[in-house]
Amino acid sequence: MPEVKYRPNIGAPRTPANEEPAEERAHDFRPVDTGYTKADAIAEANRCLDCKKPLCMNGCPVGVHIPQFIEKIREEDWAGALATIKADNLLPSVCGRVCPQENQCEGKCILGRKGEPVAIGQLERMLGDMADEVGEAPECKPSNGKKVAIVGSGPSGIACAGELAREGFDVTVFEAFFTGGGVLTYGIPEFRLPKEIVKREIKGLEELGVHFEYNSVAGRLFDADELFNEDGFDALYLAVGAGLPRFLHVDGENLPGVYCANEYLTRTNLMKAYEFPEYDTPIRHGKNVVVFGGGNVAMDAARTALRLGAEKVTLAYRRTEAEMPARRAEIHHAKEEGVEILELCNPLRFLPGPDGFVSTIELQRMELGEPDASGRRRPIPIQDSEFAIPCDVAVTAIGTRANPFAKLCADVELNRWGLIETDENGRTSNPRVWAGGDIVTGAATVILAMGAGKKAAADIKEKLLSEEA
Amino acid sequence: MFKILKKTQFSEKVFEFRVHAPRMAKHAHAGQFLMVRINETGERVPFTFANWNPEEGWIEFIFMVVGKTTQCLSELNEGDEIQDITGPLGCPTEIEGDRVAVVGGGVGLAIAYPVARTLCEQGKKVSVIMGARNKDLLILFEQFASLPLENLFITTDDGSMGEKGVVTLPLRRLCETDSIDSCFCVGPVPMMKFSTLTCREFKIPIVASLNPIMVDGTGMCGCCRVEVGGETKFACVDGPDFDASLVDWDDLAHRQASYKAEEAASIKHHEEDCACQK
Repeated sequence: MPEVKYRPNIGAPRTPANEEPAEERAHDFRPVDTGYTKADAIAEANRCLDCKKPLCMNGCPVGVHIPQFIEKIREEDWAGALATIKADNLLPSVCGRVCPQENQCEGKCILGRKGEPVAIGQLERMLGDMADEVGEAPECKPSNGKKVAIVGSGPSGIACAGELAREGFDVTVFEAFFTGGGVLTYGIPEFRLPKEIVKREIKGLEELGVHFEYNSVAGRLFDADELFNEDGFDALYLAVGAGLPRFLHVDGENLPGVYCANEYLTRTNLMKAYEFPEYDTPIRHGKNVVVFGGGNVAMDAARTALRLGAEKVTLAYRRTEAEMPARRAEIHHAKEEGVEILELCNPLRFLPGPDGFVSTIELQRMELGEPDASGRRRPIPIQDSEFAIPCDVAVTAIGTRANPFAKLCADVELNRWGLIETDENGRTSNPRVWAGGDIVTGAATVILAMGAGKKAAADIKEKLLSEEA
Repeated sequence: MFKILKKTQFSEKVFEFRVHAPRMAKHAHAGQFLMVRINETGERVPFTFANWNPEEGWIEFIFMVVGKTTQCLSELNEGDEIQDITGPLGCPTEIEGDRVAVVGGGVGLAIAYPVARTLCEQGKKVSVIMGARNKDLLILFEQFASLPLENLFITTDDGSMGEKGVVTLPLRRLCETDSIDSCFCVGPVPMMKFSTLTCREFKIPIVASLNPIMVDGTGMCGCCRVEVGGETKFACVDGPDFDASLVDWDDLAHRQASYKAEEAASIKHHEEDCACQK
């Protein structure tokens, strides 16, 4: 019998996301998007053109075999579809939620040229979330007797850990906090990435045999020499994250009530300040909250402020919405929930009220000039355009600098920004030390950090196993 | 989990815990701190290492009951476990000069004590100035008194113990008589600020151990930022010790007061909780 050729459902509209109503969800921390049903997924999978040369795959930093897993969805082979993704990406539930798909897989999808691309991110997260239903952890090769230490349990560290564990390495992840996930836990809010999912992914790694050592600050509690000489590790992967926040360096920035996003989000996400006083960590609940920045972190902070009960949340950005680096979905969700975007504004100073807390922000209007090194048009201040707005909580989300712990931990060469120098495989100047993620690239995306972890894992494997031979 | 091996009560509100933590014991230095999260709902609170023993694998820290976390800690006993302890964090204390004044005020005495002890062990000539509002709040007197000090001065605001007045009185005398080469201070902001002004008058270098509010303690969140010499520094990774003559004290005082209302609400909530359980 001849095989029936697949015929895509050309012209079908993109299956919409199942989102909670904006006016309801903006007041609590429940997930914004509840994800596709199986029927949604099959309908969406039927839109895929199953291209001979799938461009979507070129757009994926870790090379997920996208048409193949979509084909398995059409066949309702859920376990097979999940296994296909997991061969390249151990964290589909996370990536499906936080990747900037519009710049990656979906951005390359042919369907996107004339209409809406296939919702690859939605399909990916849906499969990831089915892990418990379909079961089966990927199998590990037998132990090869080599030990690898990984510093940091964020996306890069856990990607590297997963790859190495599957290859039969004995892997230990050292994490400074009391729980795993790095930025997935302290940074990305519950309503965008439920912590249960991060916990499940960590548990999955434990089932692969990865050990997690919490409360373990690299460079202070141990260093590379100790790991190699006393603890018998053969290689070290540094994935400590970008770390230190940048500040605006304007007057009044240290007033109480002015937060940097890392603190605002850590108090909320990691320490559950929104449940104060049941949880001990407090956070200031503002009525008028102003967030500075245009990235995902700024969106997360603005939407968190709404959920902490703010009456008005303004997101001030020095360029325009079109230049914002945030995922389109996050900007869309933020606006839908009531975040007001104030374009072309730069803060000049924060002023205190009678209680000593920030009460007013002075801003300056900007206009866009010639493109700068990033290719985006450079914002230029407009003379005599100062104005003030009320504000009782301000959050700055303008990026990060290098974390100093990498240097304390191992003797590796740094560049002039304090980031670790590596080759394309993550090798540092120290022959037993690899590095990847934000401490190499500066603040970037979850998937790029994961990609770096995966590459380093492959290189560590090759190096350590060839030493043996 | 971190097991409490020994609990010592120094006075009504001051306690010392010895905790099993072999790796930390191996790497701790004077002036460094640890962060405690007592249980699942707990806050992360920094304490300075009071002592450590790498052979026996324990560390010690001293705390005074001032808020909810320290109240809950004081209710734990030998054999109980603390959920999380992270450390050592921060840079070790480095003090120049052979003759050092160690000035501690209020709860800061719990930090001043291990520093004074370490300096004595290093063979330096140490003069200690202890300050508190009154006799009952003057903690660790016996511990300081047992150190081989050059001088031990005590000042209380109400004169209930030692000299009536503030720590800068004996500090000024030490400076005037050319008895010290350098100074280390830790305590309330006004005390550190005026100790700094006194030392500056006599061109004596002074280091302050700062205690801003912290959340992560590893340089990630920026909560503990302080202005030092016109630069934004993080007490958790750049400090906690800084050249006191460069610190913006008013800025620090404002930031320390950020959660006064919440701290009161937290202890009230805890007391009501305890009352319910009784």
